[in-house]
Amino acid sequence: MSEDVDRSRRHFLGVATGVAGAAGAAFAVYPFLASWKPSARAQALGAPVEVDISRLEPGELVKVEWRGKPVWVLNRTEDMMGYAEKARAEDLLRDPDSEAPQQPEYAANETRSIRPDILVVVGSCTHLGCSPTERFEVAPADLGPDWFGGFFCPCHGSKFDLAGRVYKGVPAPLNLAVPPHRYVNDDVILIGADSGVA
Amino acid sequence: MSSTENEIGRPGGVANGLWGWLNKRFPAESILNDHITDYYASKSLNWWYVFGSIAMLVLVIQLVTGLFLTMSYKPSSAEAFASVEYIMRDVEWGWLIRYLHSTGASLFFVVVYLHMFRGLLYGSYKKPRELVWIFGMLIYMALAAEAFFGYLLPWGQMSYWGAQVIVSLFGAIPFLGESLVEWIRGDFFISDITLNRFFALHVIALPLVLIMLVAAHILALHEVGSTSPDGIEIKERKGPDGKPVDGIAFHPYHTAKDLVAWTAFFFVFLAIVFFAPEMGGYFLEHANFERADPLKTPEHIAPVWYFTPFYAILRAVPDKLMGVIMMGAAMVFLFFLPWLDRSPVKSIRLRGWMFKLALTLFVISFIALGYLGTQPATTVYTWFARLFTAIYFLFFILMPWYTKMDPVKPIPERVAYHG
Repeated sequence: MSEDVDRSRRHFLGVATGVAGAAGAAFAVYPFLASWKPSARAQALGAPVEVDISRLEPGELVKVEWRGKPVWVLNRTEDMMGYAEKARAEDLLRDPDSEAPQQPEYAANETRSIRPDILVVVGSCTHLGCSPTERFEVAPADLGPDWFGGFFCPCHGSKFDLAGRVYKGVPAPLNLAVPPHRYVNDDVILIGADSGVA
Repeated sequence: MSSTENEIGRPGGVANGLWGWLNKRFPAESILNDHITDYYASKSLNWWYVFGSIAMLVLVIQLVTGLFLTMSYKPSSAEAFASVEYIMRDVEWGWLIRYLHSTGASLFFVVVYLHMFRGLLYGSYKKPRELVWIFGMLIYMALAAEAFFGYLLPWGQMSYWGAQVIVSLFGAIPFLGESLVEWIRGDFFISDITLNRFFALHVIALPLVLIMLVAAHILALHEVGSTSPDGIEIKERKGPDGKPVDGIAFHPYHTAKDLVAWTAFFFVFLAIVFFAPEMGGYFLEHANFERADPLKTPEHIAPVWYFTPFYAILRAVPDKLMGVIMMGAAMVFLFFLPWLDRSPVKSIRLRGWMFKLALTLFVISFIALGYLGTQPATTVYTWFARLFTAIYFLFFILMPWYTKMDPVKPIPERVAYHG
């Protein structure tokens, strides 16, 4: 082996090869990582769903599935809205003014909804993802006199009022999420998309 | 602090810090030395010697792409075909991952055939490398099985009828045959049950076997050392430092060359993946774009190109059992090369005209059989197939004689150039 080796040239070539190889490897890795993203089929299945509320009676709740999650559409009566107000007024709630980003801009209001009577929320508890059950009766024996009707999570006892706001003193940290949604017309809600809404 | 480390460090003072800590508990450095930086191979290794490392590269490509394909593939007769279409259309980059895998399968055989041909050229199977050769042949058999099981998975027409034909070969075995075929299928026809077990063999059993055989192949090779195109054994002439004077370390010298070969390989590989993944029906057969139909055989049925030489031999024999035996023998004969070759020299450079002629005829007959295997079996073609089958087998059967009588050149002392 010859002694007069140009070491700086050899070093340069080694580093250049390494850098080019690393860049190539990074490009090669990308398609494999990207293949884990939701596929076209998953995206199609996760497309927005339409809900017809024309026959939703006052006080009635329908559950629809959107992206594998239950979405509740509740037609609140005047009474229900009053009770929701009451829970808020009596300082029972953790985030009464919906300050945490659990809803789109257009639902960050008193009723957490676009239309005051119609509540649209994702029915997964913000604690560990169970789906709470609807308990619309006022002050039942098991939930006590402070219960004005709402949603009760059977897993760990979290409570939410009729606007999906979380009670104080329960494990769930946040209000129920309001999904992006919009009214296609007076009777039809599109859940999962809100672009174009004012 | 440093004095303590020096005391327990290995001679040469390399064993400090984390590397030293590791090496007192795990032989990382000695493994690297034995197999990479201190493994000496002839400095005259030519381009024929790059296919072993390319084959390892392809194995890794197949393992990785295969792993990602299993994430979206469904091994059931009801869903398999559609799940492949799903991979091609709906999974992000799924088309690329699948084409890498299907093209990789064909190129695996290209590379392995060239690697085996290198062995024939330079006598890599001869003493003391008999086990290297046998492990290599076992890898080839495992690879053939892996390719066969994998070909059923897309559940296309060719998948189905190819599996039907190959599995039926076992039916030629007297007495046991039919019940053996039923046992392999797990059903009365190639069904969901067959697909499910072929999937398990394809993604778990054979990859494990392949990896272990590759490890054995390399360990055996590093024990005896690589051949040299000059036909010398570099270990027979060592310098004062105990290193072979005609050898250079695998790393960085041969690895640098292999890297160039890998780059060239990627050019070819990716050109096929991006521009001709079906390769005119040779890599992905046209009939396989139709879902498997047990009631209708495609008009022209041929195996994928890498099996066609053996398929041509099978068809050339006008007897079911003999055909299967001949086809099996065509592979089994290769195992016995180390003992059939009686020549005192290894390299083609030192061989006489007899071996050169025999090898040329063998390669021509192998390629010709491969071509004939893709064509319909007409009378003329069948007679040609018989001729080339005869030459194929004569290469092995006559080898003990022509290699002994062959006028060989003397084995040189050193490699042809002394850099």
